[in-house]
Amino acid sequence: MLEVDCLEVAYGSIRALHRVSLRVDAGGICTLVGANGAGKTTTLRAISGLQRVSSGSVRFCGENITNLPPHEIVARGLLHVPEGRMIFTNLTVLENLRMGAYLRKDKSFIEKDFDFMFELFPRLREREKQVAGTLSGGEQQMLAIARALMGRPKLLMLDEPSLGIAPLLVRAIFEKIVEVNRELGLTVLLVEQNAHLALEVSSYGYVLETGNVLFQDRADVLRANPRVQEAYLGA
Amino acid sequence: MNEFLQQLINGISLGSVYALIALGYTMVYGVLRFINFAHGDVFMIGAFSAMFGHSLIKRSGLVMPDWLVALVVLTLSMVVGALLGTLIEKLAYKPLRERPRLTVLITAIGVSLLLEYVGQLVFGAAPRGFPSLIESKSLGGFGSLQLSSVQITVVLVSGGLLMGLRAIVMRTRMGLSMRALSLNPTAAALMGVNTNVVISFTFGLGSALAAAGGVFYASLYQAIDPFMGVLPGMKAFIAAVLGGIGVLPGAALGGVLLGVLETLVVGYSKVLGIPSGFRDAVAFLILILILLFKPTGLLGKAHREKV
Repeated sequence: MLEVDCLEVAYGSIRALHRVSLRVDAGGICTLVGANGAGKTTTLRAISGLQRVSSGSVRFCGENITNLPPHEIVARGLLHVPEGRMIFTNLTVLENLRMGAYLRKDKSFIEKDFDFMFELFPRLREREKQVAGTLSGGEQQMLAIARALMGRPKLLMLDEPSLGIAPLLVRAIFEKIVEVNRELGLTVLLVEQNAHLALEVSSYGYVLETGNVLFQDRADVLRANPRVQEAYLGA
Repeated sequence: MNEFLQQLINGISLGSVYALIALGYTMVYGVLRFINFAHGDVFMIGAFSAMFGHSLIKRSGLVMPDWLVALVVLTLSMVVGALLGTLIEKLAYKPLRERPRLTVLITAIGVSLLLEYVGQLVFGAAPRGFPSLIESKSLGGFGSLQLSSVQITVVLVSGGLLMGLRAIVMRTRMGLSMRALSLNPTAAALMGVNTNVVISFTFGLGSALAAAGGVFYASLYQAIDPFMGVLPGMKAFIAAVLGGIGVLPGAALGGVLLGVLETLVVGYSKVLGIPSGFRDAVAFLILILILLFKPTGLLGKAHREKV
Protein backbone atom coordinates (compact mmCIF):
# COMPACT_ATOMS: atom_id res chain seq x y z
CA MET A 1 0.00 0.00 0.00
CA LEU A 2 2.78 2.39 0.97
CA GLU A 3 6.27 2.01 -0.42
CA VAL A 4 9.03 4.31 0.73
CA ASP A 5 12.21 3.95 -1.26
CA CYS A 6 15.64 5.31 -0.29
CA LEU A 7 14.17 8.40 1.35
CA GLU A 8 16.59 11.19 2.18
CA VAL A 9 15.65 14.30 4.12
CA ALA A 10 17.94 17.12 5.18
CA TYR A 11 17.35 20.07 7.49
CA GLY A 12 19.78 22.56 6.02
CA SER A 13 23.13 20.77 5.99
CA ILE A 14 22.07 18.23 8.59
CA ARG A 15 20.87 14.97 7.16
CA ALA A 16 17.94 13.59 9.11
CA LEU A 17 17.20 10.50 7.03
CA HIS A 18 19.71 8.37 5.13
CA ARG A 19 18.10 6.24 2.47
CA VAL A 20 15.22 4.96 4.56
CA SER A 21 13.15 2.32 2.80
CA LEU A 22 10.05 0.69 4.15
CA ARG A 23 6.77 -0.76 3.02
CA VAL A 24 3.41 -0.99 4.68
CA ASP A 25 1.08 -3.74 3.51
CA ALA A 26 -2.66 -3.28 3.41
CA GLY A 27 -4.60 -4.34 6.48
CA GLY A 28 -1.79 -4.50 9.01
CA ILE A 29 -0.32 -2.37 11.74
CA CYS A 30 3.27 -1.44 11.06
CA THR A 31 5.49 0.23 13.64
CA LEU A 32 8.58 2.40 13.51
CA VAL A 33 10.43 2.26 16.79
CA GLY A 34 13.60 4.04 17.78
CA ALA A 35 15.06 6.51 20.21
CA ASN A 36 14.59 10.28 20.15
CA GLY A 37 16.13 11.77 17.04
CA ALA A 38 16.17 8.49 15.14
CA GLY A 39 14.11 10.02 12.34
CA LYS A 40 10.69 8.53 13.06
CA THR A 41 8.76 11.78 13.01
CA THR A 42 10.75 13.05 10.04
CA THR A 43 9.82 9.90 8.12
CA LEU A 44 6.11 10.50 8.71
CA ARG A 45 6.40 14.20 7.89
CA ALA A 46 8.15 13.36 4.64
CA ILE A 47 5.45 10.85 3.71
CA SER A 48 2.59 13.27 4.38
CA GLY A 49 4.23 16.14 2.51
CA LEU A 50 5.02 18.36 5.50
CA GLN A 51 8.73 17.92 4.97
CA ARG A 52 10.48 18.21 1.63
CA VAL A 53 12.23 15.09 0.46
CA SER A 54 15.69 15.65 -1.05
CA SER A 55 15.85 12.27 -2.78
CA GLY A 56 14.08 8.96 -2.89
CA SER A 57 10.41 8.29 -3.48
CA VAL A 58 7.13 7.70 -1.70
CA ARG A 59 4.47 5.63 -3.49
CA PHE A 60 0.95 5.24 -2.17
CA CYS A 61 -1.44 2.73 -3.74
CA GLY A 62 0.88 2.54 -6.73
CA GLU A 63 1.02 6.29 -7.26
CA ASN A 64 4.09 8.46 -6.79
CA ILE A 65 3.22 11.07 -4.15
CA THR A 66 6.74 12.32 -3.40
CA ASN A 67 6.75 16.02 -2.50
CA LEU A 68 3.08 16.58 -3.28
CA PRO A 69 1.54 19.31 -1.09
CA PRO A 70 -0.06 17.87 2.09
CA HIS A 71 -3.66 18.56 1.06
CA GLU A 72 -3.27 16.50 -2.12
CA ILE A 73 -1.83 13.60 -0.15
CA VAL A 74 -4.77 13.76 2.27
CA ALA A 75 -7.12 13.68 -0.70
CA ARG A 76 -5.64 10.30 -1.67
CA GLY A 77 -6.61 8.78 1.67
CA LEU A 78 -3.33 9.01 3.56
CA LEU A 79 -3.90 10.71 6.91
CA HIS A 80 -1.37 11.76 9.48
CA VAL A 81 -2.07 12.34 13.18
CA PRO A 82 0.94 14.52 13.99
CA GLU A 83 3.15 14.49 17.03
CA GLY A 84 1.68 16.62 19.79
CA ARG A 85 -1.85 15.97 18.47
CA MET A 86 -2.31 19.46 16.99
CA ILE A 87 -6.00 19.63 17.60
CA PHE A 88 -7.67 23.00 16.99
CA THR A 89 -7.75 24.22 20.57
CA ASN A 90 -10.22 27.08 20.07
CA LEU A 91 -12.72 25.04 18.05
CA THR A 92 -15.27 22.73 19.65
CA VAL A 93 -14.91 18.97 19.58
CA LEU A 94 -17.57 18.77 16.88
CA GLU A 95 -15.90 21.47 14.77
CA ASN A 96 -12.63 19.58 15.05
CA LEU A 97 -14.34 16.46 13.73
CA ARG A 98 -15.93 18.49 10.96
CA MET A 99 -12.46 19.71 9.97
CA GLY A 100 -11.45 16.06 9.70
CA ALA A 101 -14.15 15.57 7.08
CA TYR A 102 -13.03 18.71 5.28
CA LEU A 103 -12.54 17.10 1.87
CA ARG A 104 -15.62 14.88 1.98
CA LYS A 105 -18.72 15.70 0.00
CA ASP A 106 -21.05 12.97 1.30
CA LYS A 107 -22.91 15.10 3.84
CA SER A 108 -25.31 12.47 5.17
CA PHE A 109 -22.54 9.97 5.80
CA ILE A 110 -20.50 12.58 7.64
CA GLU A 111 -23.31 12.88 10.18
CA LYS A 112 -23.32 9.10 10.60
CA ASP A 113 -19.57 9.11 11.09
CA PHE A 114 -19.89 11.64 13.91
CA ASP A 115 -22.05 9.08 15.69
CA PHE A 116 -19.57 6.35 14.93
CA MET A 117 -16.74 8.41 16.44
CA PHE A 118 -18.80 9.07 19.55
CA GLU A 119 -19.44 5.34 19.90
CA LEU A 120 -15.76 4.64 19.48
CA PHE A 121 -14.78 7.34 21.97
CA PRO A 122 -17.78 7.94 24.29
CA ARG A 123 -15.86 10.58 26.23
CA LEU A 124 -15.90 12.78 23.15
CA ARG A 125 -19.68 12.69 22.99
CA GLU A 126 -19.86 14.12 26.52
CA ARG A 127 -17.62 16.95 25.38
CA GLU A 128 -19.15 17.51 21.94
CA LYS A 129 -19.82 21.24 22.37
CA GLN A 130 -16.76 21.92 24.50
CA VAL A 131 -13.77 23.85 23.20
CA ALA A 132 -11.10 21.26 22.43
CA GLY A 133 -8.37 23.05 24.38
CA THR A 134 -10.17 22.20 27.61
CA LEU A 135 -9.85 18.45 27.05
CA SER A 136 -7.32 16.34 28.92
CA GLY A 137 -4.26 15.06 27.07
CA GLY A 138 -5.78 11.63 26.55
CA GLU A 139 -9.07 13.06 25.31
CA GLN A 140 -7.19 15.32 22.93
CA GLN A 141 -5.38 12.30 21.55
CA MET A 142 -8.71 10.52 21.07
CA LEU A 143 -10.01 13.60 19.31
CA ALA A 144 -6.95 13.75 17.07
CA ILE A 145 -7.44 10.12 16.06
CA ALA A 146 -11.20 10.54 15.58
CA ARG A 147 -10.60 13.68 13.53
CA ALA A 148 -8.29 11.79 11.20
CA LEU A 149 -10.75 8.89 10.96
CA MET A 150 -13.43 11.38 9.85
CA GLY A 151 -11.40 11.72 6.65
CA ARG A 152 -12.07 8.02 5.90
CA PRO A 153 -8.40 7.17 5.47
CA LYS A 154 -7.01 4.17 3.64
CA LEU A 155 -3.85 4.49 5.68
CA LEU A 156 -3.58 6.18 9.05
CA MET A 157 -0.22 7.37 10.33
CA LEU A 158 0.01 7.95 14.08
CA ASP A 159 2.93 9.82 15.60
CA GLU A 160 3.54 9.03 19.28
CA PRO A 161 -0.06 8.53 20.39
CA SER A 162 1.16 7.76 23.93
CA LEU A 163 3.11 11.01 24.39
CA GLY A 164 2.16 12.87 27.55
CA ILE A 165 -0.83 10.70 28.34
CA ALA A 166 -1.77 8.95 31.57
CA PRO A 167 -0.58 5.31 31.37
CA LEU A 168 -4.08 3.96 31.89
CA LEU A 169 -5.37 5.88 28.86
CA VAL A 170 -2.42 4.80 26.73
CA ARG A 171 -3.60 1.21 26.82
CA ALA A 172 -7.17 2.27 26.08
CA ILE A 173 -6.03 4.25 23.06
CA PHE A 174 -3.95 1.37 21.76
CA GLU A 175 -6.96 -0.91 22.10
CA LYS A 176 -8.95 1.54 19.97
CA ILE A 177 -6.21 1.55 17.36
CA VAL A 178 -6.36 -2.24 17.19
CA GLU A 179 -10.15 -2.06 17.06
CA VAL A 180 -10.29 0.25 14.03
CA ASN A 181 -7.59 -1.82 12.37
CA ARG A 182 -9.54 -5.06 12.81
CA GLU A 183 -13.06 -3.80 12.26
CA LEU A 184 -12.58 -1.22 9.54
CA GLY A 185 -9.66 -3.00 7.96
CA LEU A 186 -7.74 0.22 8.31
CA THR A 187 -4.01 0.06 7.65
CA VAL A 188 -1.95 1.78 10.34
CA LEU A 189 1.60 3.09 10.37
CA LEU A 190 2.57 3.74 13.96
CA VAL A 191 5.51 5.67 15.36
CA GLU A 192 6.10 5.03 19.02
CA GLN A 193 8.74 5.41 21.69
CA ASN A 194 6.94 2.90 23.84
CA ALA A 195 8.34 0.06 21.75
CA HIS A 196 6.98 -2.58 24.07
CA LEU A 197 3.37 -1.68 23.53
CA ALA A 198 3.82 -0.80 19.88
CA LEU A 199 5.38 -4.13 18.92
CA GLU A 200 2.73 -5.95 20.91
CA VAL A 201 -0.09 -4.65 18.69
CA SER A 202 1.84 -4.59 15.41
CA SER A 203 2.32 -7.18 12.73
CA TYR A 204 5.56 -5.75 11.34
CA GLY A 205 8.19 -3.38 12.63
CA TYR A 206 11.16 -1.27 11.70
CA VAL A 207 13.85 -0.12 14.08
CA LEU A 208 15.31 3.26 13.19
CA GLU A 209 18.60 4.62 14.45
CA THR A 210 20.07 7.99 13.48
CA GLY A 211 18.22 8.14 10.21
CA ASN A 212 18.86 4.54 9.15
CA VAL A 213 16.76 1.40 9.25
CA LEU A 214 18.66 -0.85 11.67
CA PHE A 215 16.36 -3.89 11.72
CA GLN A 216 13.11 -4.84 10.11
CA ASP A 217 11.05 -7.93 10.69
CA ARG A 218 7.78 -9.36 11.91
CA ALA A 219 6.91 -7.74 15.20
CA ASP A 220 7.16 -10.97 17.21
CA VAL A 221 10.60 -11.67 15.73
CA LEU A 222 11.76 -8.17 16.62
CA ARG A 223 10.52 -8.60 20.16
CA ALA A 224 12.56 -11.74 20.45
CA ASN A 225 15.69 -10.11 19.02
CA PRO A 226 18.14 -9.68 21.93
CA ARG A 227 19.62 -6.46 20.59
CA VAL A 228 16.19 -4.90 20.19
CA GLN A 229 15.29 -6.11 23.66
CA GLU A 230 18.38 -4.58 25.14
CA ALA A 231 18.17 -1.24 23.38
CA TYR A 232 14.43 -0.57 23.16
CA LEU A 233 12.50 -2.95 25.36
CA GLY A 234 14.54 -2.43 28.47
CA ALA A 235 14.97 -6.16 28.99
CA MET B 1 -25.39 66.69 26.29
CA ASN B 2 -26.38 67.21 22.68
CA GLU B 3 -22.85 68.30 21.93
CA PHE B 4 -21.61 65.04 23.38
CA LEU B 5 -24.07 62.92 21.39
CA GLN B 6 -23.07 64.77 18.25
CA GLN B 7 -19.41 63.99 18.84
CA LEU B 8 -20.33 60.41 19.62
CA ILE B 9 -22.11 60.02 16.28
CA ASN B 10 -19.19 61.59 14.45
CA GLY B 11 -16.87 59.26 16.30
CA ILE B 12 -18.87 56.12 15.57
CA SER B 13 -19.02 56.86 11.85
CA LEU B 14 -15.24 57.42 11.71
CA GLY B 15 -14.76 54.43 13.97
CA SER B 16 -16.71 52.10 11.71
CA VAL B 17 -14.30 52.97 8.90
CA TYR B 18 -11.37 52.11 11.19
CA ALA B 19 -13.15 48.89 12.09
CA LEU B 20 -13.47 47.84 8.45
CA ILE B 21 -9.75 48.39 7.85
CA ALA B 22 -8.72 46.87 11.17
CA LEU B 23 -10.48 43.60 10.30
CA GLY B 24 -8.18 43.11 7.33
CA TYR B 25 -5.07 43.57 9.47
CA THR B 26 -6.32 41.15 12.05
CA MET B 27 -7.45 38.47 9.57
CA VAL B 28 -4.13 38.50 7.73
CA TYR B 29 -2.33 38.40 11.06
CA GLY B 30 -4.49 35.43 11.97
CA VAL B 31 -3.47 33.29 9.02
CA LEU B 32 0.09 34.49 8.37
CA ARG B 33 1.20 36.13 11.65
CA PHE B 34 2.42 39.30 10.02
CA ILE B 35 1.17 42.86 9.63
CA ASN B 36 0.33 43.79 6.08
CA PHE B 37 1.44 47.40 6.07
CA ALA B 38 0.21 47.85 2.49
CA HIS B 39 -3.35 47.46 3.77
CA GLY B 40 -3.94 51.21 4.13
CA ASP B 41 -3.05 51.68 0.48
CA VAL B 42 -5.65 49.14 -0.62
CA PHE B 43 -8.05 51.43 1.25
CA MET B 44 -6.79 54.35 -0.89
CA ILE B 45 -7.15 52.38 -4.13
CA GLY B 46 -10.68 51.51 -3.03
CA ALA B 47 -11.56 55.20 -2.81
CA PHE B 48 -10.02 55.96 -6.20
CA SER B 49 -11.81 53.03 -7.84
CA ALA B 50 -15.07 54.38 -6.50
CA MET B 51 -14.33 57.82 -7.91
CA PHE B 52 -13.49 56.45 -11.37
CA GLY B 53 -16.37 53.99 -11.23
CA HIS B 54 -18.76 56.81 -10.44
CA SER B 55 -17.59 59.06 -13.27
CA LEU B 56 -17.73 56.07 -15.65
CA ILE B 57 -21.36 55.44 -14.79
CA LYS B 58 -22.21 59.12 -15.08
CA ARG B 59 -20.54 59.42 -18.49
CA SER B 60 -22.09 56.21 -19.81
CA GLY B 61 -25.46 57.94 -19.68
CA LEU B 62 -27.12 55.02 -17.91
CA VAL B 63 -30.03 56.17 -15.85
CA MET B 64 -30.03 54.57 -12.44
CA PRO B 65 -31.46 55.60 -9.12
CA ASP B 66 -28.85 57.09 -6.78
CA TRP B 67 -28.88 54.20 -4.35
CA LEU B 68 -28.16 51.75 -7.17
CA VAL B 69 -25.27 53.88 -8.41
CA ALA B 70 -23.86 53.94 -4.88
CA LEU B 71 -24.27 50.16 -4.58
CA VAL B 72 -22.62 49.46 -7.94
CA VAL B 73 -19.75 51.81 -7.14
CA LEU B 74 -19.22 50.24 -3.72
CA THR B 75 -19.29 46.71 -5.14
CA LEU B 76 -16.89 47.67 -7.90
CA SER B 77 -14.40 49.16 -5.51
CA MET B 78 -14.63 46.14 -3.19
CA VAL B 79 -13.93 43.82 -6.15
CA VAL B 80 -10.96 45.94 -7.21
CA GLY B 81 -9.73 45.91 -3.60
CA ALA B 82 -10.08 42.13 -3.36
CA LEU B 83 -8.21 41.59 -6.62
CA LEU B 84 -5.45 43.97 -5.59
CA GLY B 85 -5.11 42.30 -2.18
CA THR B 86 -4.79 38.79 -3.61
CA LEU B 87 -2.40 40.04 -6.28
CA ILE B 88 -0.14 41.69 -3.66
CA GLU B 89 -0.11 38.45 -1.68
CA LYS B 90 0.73 36.35 -4.77
CA LEU B 91 3.50 38.59 -6.06
CA ALA B 92 5.06 40.02 -2.92
CA TYR B 93 4.39 37.77 0.08
CA LYS B 94 3.92 34.24 -1.20
CA PRO B 95 7.48 33.91 -2.52
CA LEU B 96 8.66 34.79 1.00
CA ARG B 97 6.44 32.27 2.81
CA GLU B 98 9.38 30.28 4.22
CA ARG B 99 11.45 33.35 5.05
CA PRO B 100 11.70 35.10 8.42
CA ARG B 101 8.67 37.21 9.19
CA LEU B 102 10.73 40.37 9.32
CA THR B 103 11.53 39.96 5.63
CA VAL B 104 7.84 39.89 4.80
CA LEU B 105 7.16 42.86 7.06
CA ILE B 106 9.78 44.99 5.32
CA THR B 107 8.43 43.86 1.96
CA ALA B 108 4.97 45.03 3.06
CA ILE B 109 6.36 48.49 3.77
CA GLY B 110 7.94 48.41 0.31
CA VAL B 111 4.64 47.46 -1.31
CA SER B 112 2.95 50.26 0.60
CA LEU B 113 5.42 52.88 -0.68
CA LEU B 114 5.14 51.46 -4.18
CA LEU B 115 1.36 51.83 -4.20
CA GLU B 116 1.52 55.34 -2.78
CA TYR B 117 4.05 56.66 -5.27
CA VAL B 118 2.59 54.87 -8.27
CA GLY B 119 -0.69 56.37 -7.11
CA GLN B 120 0.91 59.79 -7.07
CA LEU B 121 2.30 59.22 -10.58
CA VAL B 122 -1.03 58.07 -11.99
CA PHE B 123 -3.58 60.10 -10.03
CA GLY B 124 -1.45 63.18 -9.33
CA ALA B 125 -0.46 64.50 -5.91
CA ALA B 126 -3.21 67.07 -5.50
CA PRO B 127 -6.31 66.03 -3.54
CA ARG B 128 -9.36 65.37 -5.67
CA GLY B 129 -12.97 65.93 -4.85
CA PHE B 130 -14.91 62.76 -4.15
CA PRO B 131 -18.42 62.60 -5.64
CA SER B 132 -21.38 62.43 -3.27
CA LEU B 133 -22.56 58.86 -3.59
CA ILE B 134 -25.10 59.43 -0.89
CA GLU B 135 -27.08 62.62 -1.01
CA SER B 136 -25.86 64.62 1.92
CA LYS B 137 -28.75 65.99 3.89
CA SER B 138 -29.64 66.48 7.44
CA LEU B 139 -32.08 63.91 8.72
CA GLY B 140 -33.38 66.56 11.03
CA GLY B 141 -32.52 65.93 14.58
CA PHE B 142 -33.29 66.42 18.14
CA GLY B 143 -32.68 69.94 19.29
CA SER B 144 -29.24 70.92 18.10
CA LEU B 145 -28.31 67.29 17.32
CA GLN B 146 -27.77 66.83 13.62
CA LEU B 147 -27.93 63.43 11.96
CA SER B 148 -26.30 63.44 8.55
CA SER B 149 -27.51 60.94 5.99
CA VAL B 150 -23.92 60.13 5.04
CA GLN B 151 -22.89 59.29 8.58
CA ILE B 152 -25.93 57.13 9.19
CA THR B 153 -25.48 55.27 5.91
CA VAL B 154 -21.79 54.67 6.63
CA VAL B 155 -22.55 53.24 10.06
CA LEU B 156 -25.41 51.05 8.82
CA VAL B 157 -23.61 49.66 5.77
CA SER B 158 -20.44 49.04 7.78
CA GLY B 159 -22.52 47.19 10.34
CA GLY B 160 -24.02 45.12 7.55
CA LEU B 161 -20.59 44.26 6.19
CA LEU B 162 -19.41 43.21 9.65
CA MET B 163 -22.43 40.91 9.96
CA GLY B 164 -21.67 39.47 6.54
CA LEU B 165 -18.06 38.86 7.53
CA ARG B 166 -19.14 37.16 10.72
CA ALA B 167 -21.46 34.89 8.75
CA ILE B 168 -18.65 33.95 6.37
CA VAL B 169 -16.18 33.22 9.16
CA MET B 170 -18.56 31.34 11.44
CA ARG B 171 -20.92 29.57 9.04
CA THR B 172 -19.09 28.65 5.85
CA ARG B 173 -16.59 25.94 5.06
CA MET B 174 -14.08 28.57 3.96
CA GLY B 175 -14.56 30.38 7.27
CA LEU B 176 -13.96 27.18 9.19
CA SER B 177 -10.75 26.59 7.27
CA MET B 178 -9.66 30.18 7.97
CA ARG B 179 -10.15 29.61 11.67
CA ALA B 180 -8.40 26.25 11.52
CA LEU B 181 -5.49 27.74 9.61
CA SER B 182 -5.06 30.55 12.10
CA LEU B 183 -5.08 28.05 14.99
CA ASN B 184 -2.66 25.57 13.49
CA PRO B 185 -1.47 25.76 9.88
CA THR B 186 0.16 22.32 9.94
CA ALA B 187 -2.93 20.60 11.27
CA ALA B 188 -5.12 22.44 8.77
CA ALA B 189 -2.93 21.20 5.92
CA LEU B 190 -3.18 17.66 7.32
CA MET B 191 -6.98 17.92 7.16
CA GLY B 192 -6.72 18.62 3.44
CA VAL B 193 -6.98 22.42 3.59
CA ASN B 194 -5.22 24.02 0.64
CA THR B 195 -3.49 26.71 2.65
CA ASN B 196 -2.61 28.84 -0.37
CA VAL B 197 -6.25 29.13 -1.39
CA VAL B 198 -7.33 30.08 2.13
CA ILE B 199 -4.58 32.68 2.43
CA SER B 200 -5.56 34.23 -0.93
CA PHE B 201 -9.20 34.27 0.13
CA THR B 202 -8.31 35.94 3.43
CA PHE B 203 -6.36 38.67 1.67
CA GLY B 204 -9.20 39.17 -0.78
CA LEU B 205 -11.83 39.41 1.92
CA GLY B 206 -9.81 41.77 4.11
CA SER B 207 -8.90 43.97 1.15
CA ALA B 208 -12.52 44.20 -0.01
CA LEU B 209 -13.45 45.51 3.44
CA ALA B 210 -10.58 48.01 3.34
CA ALA B 211 -11.76 49.22 -0.07
CA ALA B 212 -15.26 49.68 1.31
CA GLY B 213 -13.70 51.60 4.20
CA GLY B 214 -11.97 53.81 1.65
CA VAL B 215 -15.26 54.60 -0.07
CA PHE B 216 -16.90 55.49 3.26
CA TYR B 217 -13.97 57.57 4.46
CA ALA B 218 -13.98 59.48 1.17
CA SER B 219 -17.74 59.98 1.47
CA LEU B 220 -17.32 61.46 4.93
CA TYR B 221 -14.45 63.81 4.01
CA GLN B 222 -15.15 64.30 0.28
CA ALA B 223 -11.52 64.53 -0.76
CA ILE B 224 -9.04 61.82 -1.73
CA ASP B 225 -5.33 61.69 -2.51
CA PRO B 226 -2.73 58.94 -2.95
CA PHE B 227 -1.51 59.29 0.64
CA MET B 228 -4.94 59.23 2.23
CA GLY B 229 -4.38 55.64 3.39
CA VAL B 230 -1.32 56.28 5.52
CA LEU B 231 -2.87 57.65 8.70
CA PRO B 232 -6.17 55.72 8.66
CA GLY B 233 -4.09 52.63 7.92
CA MET B 234 -1.86 53.21 10.94
CA LYS B 235 -4.84 53.97 13.13
CA ALA B 236 -6.73 50.90 12.01
CA PHE B 237 -3.61 48.89 12.85
CA ILE B 238 -3.70 50.47 16.31
CA ALA B 239 -7.40 49.63 16.53
CA ALA B 240 -6.60 46.00 15.73
CA VAL B 241 -3.94 45.90 18.45
CA LEU B 242 -6.28 47.68 20.86
CA GLY B 243 -8.99 45.06 20.35
CA GLY B 244 -6.52 42.17 20.37
CA ILE B 245 -4.67 41.29 17.19
CA GLY B 246 -6.07 38.17 15.53
CA VAL B 247 -9.45 38.55 17.24
CA LEU B 248 -12.17 39.64 14.79
CA PRO B 249 -14.68 41.18 17.22
CA GLY B 250 -11.71 42.92 18.84
CA ALA B 251 -10.83 44.69 15.62
CA ALA B 252 -14.38 45.97 15.22
CA LEU B 253 -14.54 47.10 18.84
CA GLY B 254 -11.08 48.68 18.71
CA GLY B 255 -11.99 50.58 15.55
CA VAL B 256 -15.14 52.11 16.97
CA LEU B 257 -13.46 52.93 20.30
CA LEU B 258 -10.54 54.62 18.60
CA GLY B 259 -12.82 56.64 16.31
CA VAL B 260 -14.89 57.83 19.25
CA LEU B 261 -11.89 58.70 21.44
CA GLU B 262 -10.23 60.61 18.66
CA THR B 263 -13.36 62.59 17.85
CA LEU B 264 -14.00 63.39 21.50
CA VAL B 265 -10.47 64.72 21.91
CA VAL B 266 -11.00 67.05 18.96
CA GLY B 267 -14.49 68.03 20.06
CA TYR B 268 -13.45 68.82 23.61
CA SER B 269 -9.96 70.10 22.86
CA LYS B 270 -10.63 73.41 24.63
CA VAL B 271 -12.07 71.77 27.72
CA LEU B 272 -9.34 69.15 27.90
CA GLY B 273 -6.62 71.65 27.12
CA ILE B 274 -5.28 69.45 24.34
CA PRO B 275 -4.89 71.22 20.99
CA SER B 276 -7.08 69.53 18.39
CA GLY B 277 -4.00 68.98 16.25
CA PHE B 278 -3.06 66.27 18.75
CA ARG B 279 -5.83 63.96 17.53
CA ASP B 280 -3.31 61.69 15.82
CA ALA B 281 -1.09 61.62 18.89
CA VAL B 282 -4.04 60.22 20.86
CA ALA B 283 -4.11 57.09 18.72
CA PHE B 284 -0.40 56.46 19.10
CA LEU B 285 -0.55 57.16 22.82
CA ILE B 286 -3.19 54.44 23.05
CA LEU B 287 -0.91 52.08 21.16
CA ILE B 288 1.93 52.74 23.60
CA LEU B 289 -0.33 52.29 26.62
CA ILE B 290 -1.81 49.06 25.27
CA LEU B 291 1.60 47.62 24.49
CA LEU B 292 2.79 48.55 27.97
CA PHE B 293 -0.13 47.37 30.02
CA LYS B 294 -2.21 44.88 28.01
CA PRO B 295 -0.27 43.71 24.96
CA THR B 296 -2.91 41.09 24.13
CA GLY B 297 -5.50 43.85 23.63
CA LEU B 298 -8.98 44.20 25.07
CA LEU B 299 -10.44 40.93 23.80
CA GLY B 300 -7.22 39.01 23.23
CA LYS B 301 -6.30 36.12 25.46
CA ALA B 302 -2.76 35.22 26.26
CA HIS B 303 -2.74 31.57 25.30
CA ARG B 304 -0.04 29.12 26.03
CA GLU B 305 0.77 26.47 23.49
CA LYS B 306 -0.06 23.07 24.90
CA VAL B 307 2.37 20.42 23.84
